[in-house]
Amino acid sequence: MAEVSYVKASRVFSGNPPVRAVDELSLEVSDGEFLVLVGPSGSGKSTALRMLAGLEDVDEGAIHIGGKDVTNVPPKGRDIAMVFQSYALYPHMTVAENMGFALKLRGVSKTEIKAKVEEAAKMLDLQKYLERKPKALSGGQRQRVAMGRAIVREPSVFLMDEPLSNLDAKLRVETRANIAALQQRLGTTTIYVTHDQVEAMTMGHRVAVLKDGLLQQCDTPRALYDRPANAFVAGFIGSPAMNLKTVPISAEGAKLDGIVVPLSRAALDAAGGLDEVTFGIRPEALGIVPSGDEGMDMTVELVEELGADALVHGAVKIGEGSQRFVVRVDGRTPPTLGQHVKVAVRDHSEIHLFHPESGERLEA
Amino acid sequence: MTLDASSLQMVKPERRLKRSDRSLAASVGLHAGLIIASLIAVFPVFWVLVTSFKPDARAVETSPKLFNESSLDNYSRILGGEKGAFLTWFGNSVLIALLTTVIAVFLSATTGYAASRFRFPGKRSLMMSFLVVQMFPFAVLIVPLYNILIALGLQGTSLGLVLVYCTTAVPFCTYMLKGYFDTIPTDIDEAGRVDGLSPFGVFWRLVMPLAKPGLAVTSFYAFLTAWGEVAFASAFLSAADDSKTLAVGLQVFVQQNRTEWGHLAAASILVAIPAVIVFYLVQRFLVTGLSSGAVKG
Repeated sequence: MAEVSYVKASRVFSGNPPVRAVDELSLEVSDGEFLVLVGPSGSGKSTALRMLAGLEDVDEGAIHIGGKDVTNVPPKGRDIAMVFQSYALYPHMTVAENMGFALKLRGVSKTEIKAKVEEAAKMLDLQKYLERKPKALSGGQRQRVAMGRAIVREPSVFLMDEPLSNLDAKLRVETRANIAALQQRLGTTTIYVTHDQVEAMTMGHRVAVLKDGLLQQCDTPRALYDRPANAFVAGFIGSPAMNLKTVPISAEGAKLDGIVVPLSRAALDAAGGLDEVTFGIRPEALGIVPSGDEGMDMTVELVEELGADALVHGAVKIGEGSQRFVVRVDGRTPPTLGQHVKVAVRDHSEIHLFHPESGERLEA
Repeated sequence: MTLDASSLQMVKPERRLKRSDRSLAASVGLHAGLIIASLIAVFPVFWVLVTSFKPDARAVETSPKLFNESSLDNYSRILGGEKGAFLTWFGNSVLIALLTTVIAVFLSATTGYAASRFRFPGKRSLMMSFLVVQMFPFAVLIVPLYNILIALGLQGTSLGLVLVYCTTAVPFCTYMLKGYFDTIPTDIDEAGRVDGLSPFGVFWRLVMPLAKPGLAVTSFYAFLTAWGEVAFASAFLSAADDSKTLAVGLQVFVQQNRTEWGHLAAASILVAIPAVIVFYLVQRFLVTGLSSGAVKG
């Protein structure tokens, strides 16, 4: 059990120009917290995790685990356990040997190792497979062995690098819940890396969004969803993605096709002298209204039926060109392809405005 | 409308050759070719075996027979030491070959691992130099190597010869093993380091056990490099009879005016046995080791 902190930690890969894979990352993770690092590929999330594991150098700044500076401590001195994307099980050892290897290296007695391995195996439903080699296991079982190897160590921090990405969709959802429950039960500080924002939202106590090595925002899933700090976070968190369009504004509000969405005084002040803003609205905050009502004219181009609801993709005229919008509607009465519908903002409190160039949130 | 099974069946197509089928003529030709090639490969060895039982006078005849006064006399005389210190030579050869194997495999495994996992200045030129040194013929190397051995005070010693064999075995084995180590995912190294191994511990406890097939193949190669070699051994070992290796010792059967073919053949068979044993031990690794090491490297 320990808290973790990144103090302006950077990883710079030499090259011309040098690549700052992780750029002055500052992050505090409290004891027992489940923190998810999320971002698109190349965002530096895995590098950040590997820096914490000691597998990647920290070129600038520092990393602390449990209040101790571990910036220059080799991995074995950090009291961490890591679950790799490929699981990285030792192919020449049985499941039991894999799980007990770290304890064996520490000189723990055989009986104690056996007891701890069996306890972890019970937790993960692996008792039947303890004498097997990894190659005789299915993907899901291997994943559990990798988890078991981490649990047996009783480390102060768990590190997980996309541990679910090699599982099929159904197993992934199941294992996702199991990992979250396990972490809750063990109460061990966990840093979890994923590119899947659904995983991030469902598992993390807090989620840190990275892009190009820079921390964009770190907050609870709810706060990320409700108040994204910039246009990138707004577009990355949430599925389907938020509709983000550059629209002209005036004193009355933001001008979309056929409607003017009124903006609060505070929002207009924040927009200052801008004549355009990035206007963001989630698909669920839009709705189809009867044809007589005020709304944007949309031509339906694609309907994705998800069962409970449906996603309607369509083109809306904004300014000179046309822009695509996604609207979430009731699954039982979706419009048909090619149909012209009226779309209106259902909830004016769910409008997000961002600076058209910097992408920063304009506080309303 | 009714459907019955026969109407659903397609018209049976003429039996056509599938890709894996061969015509009879092709089959006969193929097998004949393979049998002839096998005979060409096996016959000389077989004839050495046949000759090894014959007395020297009967070994070369105008009308060769499989058996002609055949006996185990040649073997008993060689092993009994009548024809030179055969067992001493044998011991020298075993010692030199095993030392070469152990030193060459250890050096090339550590070098290959470093080349596979770490980035360091001069890595490319190091690997390139390993490739280049293999292109010099033995004959060119004898004089310079001899000078080096004199400078080291190792001329005429077994250790000197072992080092000479390592110069040929290490570069090749390093290449082989680097290729093999490249196929072992680096995630495993990292998992080991997180589990508490030192970098050398990762190499010794994780990578080496996983590289067994590659190690078997390179051991075999290193062993053979030293086992049957004549040119270096006769140049670098002292002239004393009890310092010779087998390959050098065999020359006693070939004198200026007379060759003791029967004894020579018997001794050759005895020399081949350890190599066959080593081959037998590693052969199950040979295919996987050679292909995965060499192709994916």
